[in-house]
Amino acid sequence: MTDSKYFTTTKKGEIFELKAELNSDKKEKKKEAVKKVIASMTVGKDVSALFPDVVNCMQTDNLELKKLVYLYLMNYAKSQPDMAIMAVNTFVKDCEDANPLIRALAVRTMGCIRVDKITEYLCEPLRKCLKDEDPYVRKTAAVCVAKLHDINAQLVEDQGFLDTLKDLISDSNPMVVANAVAALSEIAESHPNSNLLDLNPQSINKLLTALNECTEWGQIFILDCLANYTPRDDRESQSICERVTPRLSHANSAVVLSAVKVLMKFMEMLPKDLDYYSTLLKKLAPPLVTLLSAEPELQYVALRNINLIVQKRPEILKHEMKVFFVKYNDPIYVKLEKLDIMIRLASQANIAQVLAELKEYATEVDVDFVRKAVRAIGRCAIKVEQSAERCVSTLLDLIQTKVNYVVQEAIVVIKDIFRKYPNKYESVIATLCENLDSLDEPEARAAMIWIVGEYAERIDNADELLESFLEGFHDESTQVQLQLLTAIVKLFLKKPTETQELVQQVLSLATQDSDNPDLRDRGYIYWRLLSTDPVAAKEVVLAEKPLISEETDLIEPTLLEELICHIGTLASVYHKPPSAFVEGSRGVMHKRLPARTGSGESTESPDVGAAGGSAPEAAPSIIPSQGDLLGDLLNLDMAPPTTSGPPPPSTGMQMGGMDLLGGGLDSLMGDESEPLGGDIGGSPAMGAGFGAAPAVMPASLNAPVGGGLGDLFDLGGVGMPMGAYIPPKIVWLPAMKAKGLEISGTFARRAGVIQMELILTNKAMSVMTDFAIQFNRNSFGLAPAGPLQVLTPLGPNQTIEVSLPLSTVGPVMKMDPLNNLQVAVKNNIDVFYFSCQYPISMLFVEDGKMERQVFLATWKDIPNDNESQFQIKDCHLNSDAASSKLQGSNIFTIAKRTVEGQDMLYMSIKLSNGIWVLAELRVQAGNPNYTISLKCRAPEVSQCVFQCYEAVLKN
Amino acid sequence: MINSLFLINPSGEIFLEKHWKSVVSRSVCDYFLEAKEKALEPEDVPPVIHTPHHYLISIYRDKLFFLSVIQTEVPPLFVIEFLHRVAEMIQDYFGECSETVVKDHMVMVYELLEEMLDNGFPLATESNVLKEMIRPPTILRSVVNTLTGTSNVGDTLPTGQPSTIPWRRAGVRYTNNEAYFDVVEEIDAILDQSGTTVFAEIQGVVEACVKLSGMPDLTLSFMNPRLLDDVSFHPCVRYKLWESERVLSFIPPDGNFTLMTYHVNAQNLVAIPVYVKQSISFFECGSDGRLDVTVGPKQTMGKTVEGVMVTVHLPKTILSINLTATQGSYTYDNGTKLLVWDIGKLNPQKLPNLRGSLSLQAGAPKPEENPSLNIDLNIQQLAISGLKVNRLDMFGEKYKPFKGVKYITKAGKFQVRT
Repeated sequence: MTDSKYFTTTKKGEIFELKAELNSDKKEKKKEAVKKVIASMTVGKDVSALFPDVVNCMQTDNLELKKLVYLYLMNYAKSQPDMAIMAVNTFVKDCEDANPLIRALAVRTMGCIRVDKITEYLCEPLRKCLKDEDPYVRKTAAVCVAKLHDINAQLVEDQGFLDTLKDLISDSNPMVVANAVAALSEIAESHPNSNLLDLNPQSINKLLTALNECTEWGQIFILDCLANYTPRDDRESQSICERVTPRLSHANSAVVLSAVKVLMKFMEMLPKDLDYYSTLLKKLAPPLVTLLSAEPELQYVALRNINLIVQKRPEILKHEMKVFFVKYNDPIYVKLEKLDIMIRLASQANIAQVLAELKEYATEVDVDFVRKAVRAIGRCAIKVEQSAERCVSTLLDLIQTKVNYVVQEAIVVIKDIFRKYPNKYESVIATLCENLDSLDEPEARAAMIWIVGEYAERIDNADELLESFLEGFHDESTQVQLQLLTAIVKLFLKKPTETQELVQQVLSLATQDSDNPDLRDRGYIYWRLLSTDPVAAKEVVLAEKPLISEETDLIEPTLLEELICHIGTLASVYHKPPSAFVEGSRGVMHKRLPARTGSGESTESPDVGAAGGSAPEAAPSIIPSQGDLLGDLLNLDMAPPTTSGPPPPSTGMQMGGMDLLGGGLDSLMGDESEPLGGDIGGSPAMGAGFGAAPAVMPASLNAPVGGGLGDLFDLGGVGMPMGAYIPPKIVWLPAMKAKGLEISGTFARRAGVIQMELILTNKAMSVMTDFAIQFNRNSFGLAPAGPLQVLTPLGPNQTIEVSLPLSTVGPVMKMDPLNNLQVAVKNNIDVFYFSCQYPISMLFVEDGKMERQVFLATWKDIPNDNESQFQIKDCHLNSDAASSKLQGSNIFTIAKRTVEGQDMLYMSIKLSNGIWVLAELRVQAGNPNYTISLKCRAPEVSQCVFQCYEAVLKN
Repeated sequence: MINSLFLINPSGEIFLEKHWKSVVSRSVCDYFLEAKEKALEPEDVPPVIHTPHHYLISIYRDKLFFLSVIQTEVPPLFVIEFLHRVAEMIQDYFGECSETVVKDHMVMVYELLEEMLDNGFPLATESNVLKEMIRPPTILRSVVNTLTGTSNVGDTLPTGQPSTIPWRRAGVRYTNNEAYFDVVEEIDAILDQSGTTVFAEIQGVVEACVKLSGMPDLTLSFMNPRLLDDVSFHPCVRYKLWESERVLSFIPPDGNFTLMTYHVNAQNLVAIPVYVKQSISFFECGSDGRLDVTVGPKQTMGKTVEGVMVTVHLPKTILSINLTATQGSYTYDNGTKLLVWDIGKLNPQKLPNLRGSLSLQAGAPKPEENPSLNIDLNIQQLAISGLKVNRLDMFGEKYKPFKGVKYITKAGKFQVRT
């Protein structure tokens, strides 16, 4: 007899028939009827109309019938809350039953009924069950607290269930402990700040004891909970590790991986010379290898985690290369992950084996996999220098197969190999050129064009080759068009005599016939470069490129550290920090920062929106995206003018600085301090591209950071009690965004000199050198008055404090907000951009005290429209104290008048650019709210000045 | 924790849904079905899928998709392990895991799922415990139930549940007390064209069938335990004793269970029992090719290799084949291009050979890819790693049990590249 019979009656009167059967006197008939109802429910039919009849069957001593009715109730109680209340009495009675199974079942089911009226009645039975003598009931009740919390968190807190739950961590039964931990972890997740799982050495000890005896699932909860603990010292850390290690031999892979997480985390604390440390390292490898013989889905999760582990501690698996070899019937998602790990483990010792395998994979059936295998060969060449030659010859062999997609991938990676080992393998170019016609993918075409342009002087018919691409110029993708433009310009600079016509042609195609702003801008830039100063053009376009390294695909160290703490979780599968999941309703990934065009530029040109669109395109070159094999290496070259020209180190401050913002091309314009907007004849679009593009890029990259900073400034912090107000240092450039360089800082005015005080921290693995800094044009012409004094190289985890004197004679451009400053910092690794806001008070000069007469005259002279009024709330200083405090920041009180118990202070401020601000501050004794009126000929500054008042007075 | 479970058949139809928290609409499966459409084979559907509000974690097993819906951060391995446990449970209860079986026992599966998980937390996943809560169906019982009106649901708490030995119930009685252990080893290997081993390892498992009365405490020791690289145990095994003395000491669950799994990947220890001489070639011009495969015994430790089977995925452009086998028979499915040659027992005197011609579709180019050969085989009474059980001792009970050990070696993922 099977349950399929329950599906056979689909006649009209089905519900009616069931109703009759449910009300039958015969027990067996009743049960059969309830089964039919449940069967209909499981396939999604609506049987809610039978609610009263089914509930009537609840009072029975037949456990199966009871269970079935409970199943029904859980599904439909929500839609029939008034009827559900009928069931409450039975529930309450069952919670007192002599049979622990029934007690547990009742409390468990009640918790699943998400109806307010029922939950009210749940509290008393639940309280009893949490203290039940039977551990089965207690462990069920523990989970029930989590259910109730999900429905009504307030109720759980008010009833004190959380404390009872915490007490259960010390329960004598390990299963109860495990469930209590699981319930608390789940509750804690919805209250990230609550201190529910307060771990201390005593509770840790209890958990470790329970760990040995509870079920496999309980072990997972306990291990995940342990991973959140921070041991006090290395001895405690070692003792926890010793007690967790046996879990590595568990049959359940989730237990194994959670144990690996605890060990990986706590190992950090162990001294590396300890014998135990190396023992532990050895113990970690076998269980990880064993995970790979499990089902493919388990393998996938394991591989994603192993990918993190080999980046953090490559020594663990360095001898286990072979287990990552791909079997032809592995699912594709397993194959791709294995490949990735093989490359991470590739070293001089095993490269021959790896290459043989990769070559084998390149003849497989699956196109995606073959492509990735070919790319992997290129990555090996870049990673293991000794193998480069062998890799190149392997790639050439593959090109000989003439399989279209293999050839295309091979060309893409050979381009990267050229970037890594210049002037070594160019002999293969001839072979590559033979395959020119078969390339139909943009990436491969772009790569080939790049090669032709780069080595134009060695390819006799380079002009013909490039010309052949030019015919279908408008049908090409942007990537190819940009590359073609650059390649032809390179060709022209190398062989100017024969290719003048070609370059004219491409420039006109790019600038006149194209709608793409990127292409147009680049075209104009080249055009102007070539027509102004061909020698400089040569220096810029043909500048020596920085070598690429394999590190671009490594996860950035701070993120890696975070992910190691999340081994075994979804975060570790996605290789993204959990914050990327939690915020934005678990959906929005901030892989790229949203493009935001700085409104400061919008006044310059209406075209700026279009130019701004190009900013995110450039983003990957600054923030490398993770995971992709080599994708981002190519992007590096997508915009040669911005990234390929290394800044000339010895040029003056002006020149070097411009370089940072605009790349090589701006250095050519270094002598023109005016914005380029208007003076380029005949082409407004070009002006827009010029003036805006470099400025837009940093703005859009850092806009979200800047926004956050504003808030922080308003909050203020610990400042100096007297003297000029200095805001506390905050992080301007997080290490995540700058390949490990973290910059925090503040601004100060000391003895009349404006200083930018920076703390640079190296959180990357490599040494940083060659620091330089430059500002974008800004509202008050702030510019560094000297080079950034970082003389010694900055080692990993080193921090250095630097004070940079600033001048106010730099180029001026109005920013929004007014006190916004866009900064570029360069080091040997890359150029990074951020923006910050400075307190305008550092621009208040010392001779800002106005004569009384002049003050009166000026006050009258400034139109009333320019007056703005603000309130400063909750300030408890009296007028004299306020006055002296403000004087410390060069806000000078000129006169004081008292009218009807209200002090009126008249003050003046002079900004570094000569703007005067006049102020009237009204202080009423006993009222903590001040009123301030500001008058100025440039009313835009009022808001900033007011912010300074607030900051100074409140600190 | 786990919110919901959907069972989906290969054509994309949802035939069972179970929710442990609030109900999640079926429409969430659309994201999964979309991914399934994109994948070439059902095996290739990614196991973790991210949707705007949920995570979908799925496994593909027994031609069914088990899809779970997650709303918060839950260890994915935990979910995947659990899904496999569900599949094993269905297998265990009803003899097989298929859509028909689940539909036939819809209500019972539903009851079981309810018992396995509470609010997303695993409650009872041990087969012993489950079977006491809800008894598996037998023909006899269903007849008895109909006659007497009793049910399949146990009305008392399983006795083992609250104890510290959750895997064993108290009061087990047998008239014949027996304990059998099967040592099963699978060889995973990749051999290249020339027959050189690229990679080889052994996955071993010790399956136990223990039917002993009372609370027996067993100790199983091996002659050569040091050759095991990595072991994982059933929770009943006392890990400390393994660490110090390399013996398996445990109070066994009642009935069938997996005592331990192990792993041997020291290359020199992995013997390769057969060799394969093969050539699959296509002529440069014309539309023909040849296939010639010979299988012979290699390191078999004097045992006979049985159940030998060679599976080849031929290139898509093959039109037809014409082969002759000197031993066994071959089948070829022109739709999937799957060639299966069932050889049977290997006779060292007369090596089996399969040869003949392949014809390509007219005008099709010479295939680029090299098809790999998949080999199946088994060897009775041999653990290829050389692992041997030394003895089994029982403490805690007075009777004398009947003991037995069986060894078997199989091919796991055993592939030969061409």
